[in-house]
Amino acid sequence: MNDAARQFEPKVVAYCCTYCAYTAGDLAGSMRLEYATNVRVVQILCTGKIDAILLLRAFEEGADAVYVAGCALGDCHFLEGNLGALRTVAHTKHLLAEIGLQPERLEFFHVPASAGPLFAQRANEMTARARELGPNPLRETIHQAAGKKLERQDDGRPPLPEATHGKLIRHSEQIS
Amino acid sequence: MAAGFKEAFAEKDFVVTAEVGPPKGTDVAELREHIDLLKDKVDGLNVTDNQSSVMRISSLAVCRMVLDQGGEPILQLTCRDRNRLALQSELLSATVLGVKSVLCLTGDFISVGDHPQGKPVFDLDSVQLLQTVGQLNQGKDMAGNEMQGPTDLFPGAVVTPEADPIEPQMLKFEKKIVAGARFIQTQAIYDLDNFKRFMERVRKHDVKIMAGIVLLVTPGMARYMNKNVPGIFVPDELINEMAAAEKGKKLAAGIRIAGRMIKQLREEKVCDGVHIMAIGKEDRVPDILEAAE
Amino acid sequence: MIVGERKPLEQIEAMLEGFDKILIVGCGTCVAVSMAGGEKEVEELAVQLRMKDKLEGRKRTIDEITVTRQCDREYLEVLAKHLDNYDVVLSMACGAGVQFLAERYDDKIVLPALNTLFIGVAEDAGVWTQRCMACEDCILDQTGGICPMTICPKNLLNGPCGGTNGGKCEVDGEKDCAWTLIYRKLEKLGRLDYMRKIQPPKDYSVMTKPGKYTHQAFKETQENEEE
Repeated sequence: MNDAARQFEPKVVAYCCTYCAYTAGDLAGSMRLEYATNVRVVQILCTGKIDAILLLRAFEEGADAVYVAGCALGDCHFLEGNLGALRTVAHTKHLLAEIGLQPERLEFFHVPASAGPLFAQRANEMTARARELGPNPLRETIHQAAGKKLERQDDGRPPLPEATHGKLIRHSEQIS
Repeated sequence: MAAGFKEAFAEKDFVVTAEVGPPKGTDVAELREHIDLLKDKVDGLNVTDNQSSVMRISSLAVCRMVLDQGGEPILQLTCRDRNRLALQSELLSATVLGVKSVLCLTGDFISVGDHPQGKPVFDLDSVQLLQTVGQLNQGKDMAGNEMQGPTDLFPGAVVTPEADPIEPQMLKFEKKIVAGARFIQTQAIYDLDNFKRFMERVRKHDVKIMAGIVLLVTPGMARYMNKNVPGIFVPDELINEMAAAEKGKKLAAGIRIAGRMIKQLREEKVCDGVHIMAIGKEDRVPDILEAAE
Repeated sequence: MIVGERKPLEQIEAMLEGFDKILIVGCGTCVAVSMAGGEKEVEELAVQLRMKDKLEGRKRTIDEITVTRQCDREYLEVLAKHLDNYDVVLSMACGAGVQFLAERYDDKIVLPALNTLFIGVAEDAGVWTQRCMACEDCILDQTGGICPMTICPKNLLNGPCGGTNGGKCEVDGEKDCAWTLIYRKLEKLGRLDYMRKIQPPKDYSVMTKPGKYTHQAFKETQENEEE
C-alpha cells in the first residue's frame, strides 16, 4: 500500500432500519461506545425498502463500503422486510462483481435493537474492510470541497422538451 | 424357426425375440456376427432406433441386413427424429424392403443422448403412429390420399408394467390397443408375481404380450436401474443372488436368473413370449436361451 | 405475460462497443413485472455501465427513459424528439418491443438488452414458469387446464410416455410429468373420458410464421385499406 492509500479514510455508508439497527445505534451512543467515525448512518424505516439502485448509487458517488443493517430473522417489525433486503444485497453483490467492483464492499448484518456493542463492532468491521480493500476506484473522479454541494458539469446540451409519457433522465443529472 | 414373427404367434405357444443395436459408425463386422449368432435362435430380432437418443445407423438399414443374412427383423421406429412425412416414408420403405413388423415408440428425449442441442421432432406420438400404420396398411396415407400399394406391417407397442403411478400408463396402454397395436413388448420385469397381476388385468385384450427380460450383468447394474430407470424394479432377492455369486461369476448368475424367469413364464403360461434385451452382451443370449430350457 | 431476463453484462458491452451516446429504453409492462427491463432495471443497468466506464477510464453518455410499453405505436412516439441525440438505442423490451422500436425508427441502431424467454406466470417471488406455447389450437378443455404442449418436453397429446417416473419427467427429475398431472386432475374432475380419447396428430399448419391476427370487427376496415 502506498502512502496515499495508507492515509485514506474510508467513507462507509450504513443503511439502518428504524426498529432494530438504528435503535442499536442510539443505544451505542447512550453507552458511550466508540466506533469508527467513517460511518455515515442513514436511517430507513425498514431494510425492506432497500433497492439495488440505492446501494449502487452509494458506490457510484464514492462510498468505499456500504452495509445494510436490519433486524434478526423472524424479528422484522414489518415481518419480511429483512428477507427482501437479504435478497437485494445478494443481487447487488452480483451486479458489483459484473462491473469489476469487489462484492465484499457490500454486506448485510443483523443488528438487534438491544445490541449496542454489535452495532459498534459492525461499524468498525466494515471500516477495517474498506481500509483493506482500498479506496473505491470510482472515488478519484469525484471532487467535493468540504461543506459544498456536488458540482454538476454542464454538458452543453439544450434544455429538455416537455415530456408527457416517459421522462428522459439525463446522465448529467445523475452524477458529475 | 417359424415363417415369420407374426406367424410365430399362431404356430407356437411361446415366442422369443431378442435385440441388436446398430453401431455408431459404418463398421458392421461385429453387428453381422451378432445377427448370425441370433437369427436362427429367435422368432424375431428387434433393431433399435437411435436408442437413448444416441446417433447410430438407422434401424431400417440394419433390418435389411438382417433379412439379407436370413433373419426376421422387427423395425423399431421412434417419433423423436422424424416428422409425419418421414415416418410414413420409413414405413413404406420398410414394406418395400421386406420388413414385416414394426414396434412404434415415442422415443427418449433428445437431451439424454449425445446430441442434446438438436431439435426434437415428436410430430406424432406412439398412439398416433400406431393409427398411421393401420391407415397405411389400408392403402391410404395420413392425409387421406390413396396410395399406389399399401404397407403390410404387423404393429406393436411397449408398456411399463411396473410404472408408478400405474393408472395413467394403463390408460395409455388401452389407447394403444384401440389404435391398432397387435403385439406388446414390455419394459424389463423382474418380479414375476407383480407381472402375473399385470397380466390378469390385460388378458382380456386381443393382443400378444411378450415380457421384457433385461440381462443383469452386475449387482451394481441392478441397483443403478432401480434408482435411475423409470419402471424397473429389481427385487432385493435377485440383487442378493447377484452379490452372492463369486467374483467373475456375476454374469453367469445374471444369465441363470434370466433363464429361470423365462422358463417360469413359459411353463406357467403367463404370457405369449419374451423379449430378451442384452445390449452389449448379445453374444450371451444363446446362453440365456439354454438356461431357459 | 412475457417473461424475459437481462443478457449478461459482457454481451451487452460487446454490443455497445464503439458507441458513445447511448439511450436505454425500458418497457413498463411485461418485462417490468418479470424484473428484467422496467424502470428499475433501466436505472440499475445505467448505473452499472457508468460505474464501469469510470473504472475503465471511458467516457460515454448513458441516458435513460422508460415508456409504458414498446409494442404499441403511441407509446413509442415520445422517443421521436430525443433519438437524434444518440448513436444507439439499447431496448430493454421483449423481442417484440425491440423489433417494433427498430421498425418505427428504422434509421437508428436498436440493440436488445434482454433475452425473451416465454409466456409465463409468477410461480413465486422472482420465479416464473412457462405455461403457454402459443400453439394456436388450445386444448385445455380436454386436459383439465394443464397444457401438454408446454409442460411435456415431447409435446405429447396422448401421454404419458414410458419415461415418466413417480410423477416426474424423465428429462428433468425436478419437473412434473404433464400427463400424470393431467390424469390426476381429470380424475378429480370426473372427466377421465377426455384422456381415454385418442387425440389426433396436431395440426401445425395453424402455426404460421410470422403469425398475424386481425380482429373480426376490424377485418373489413383493414381489408379496405389494403385495397
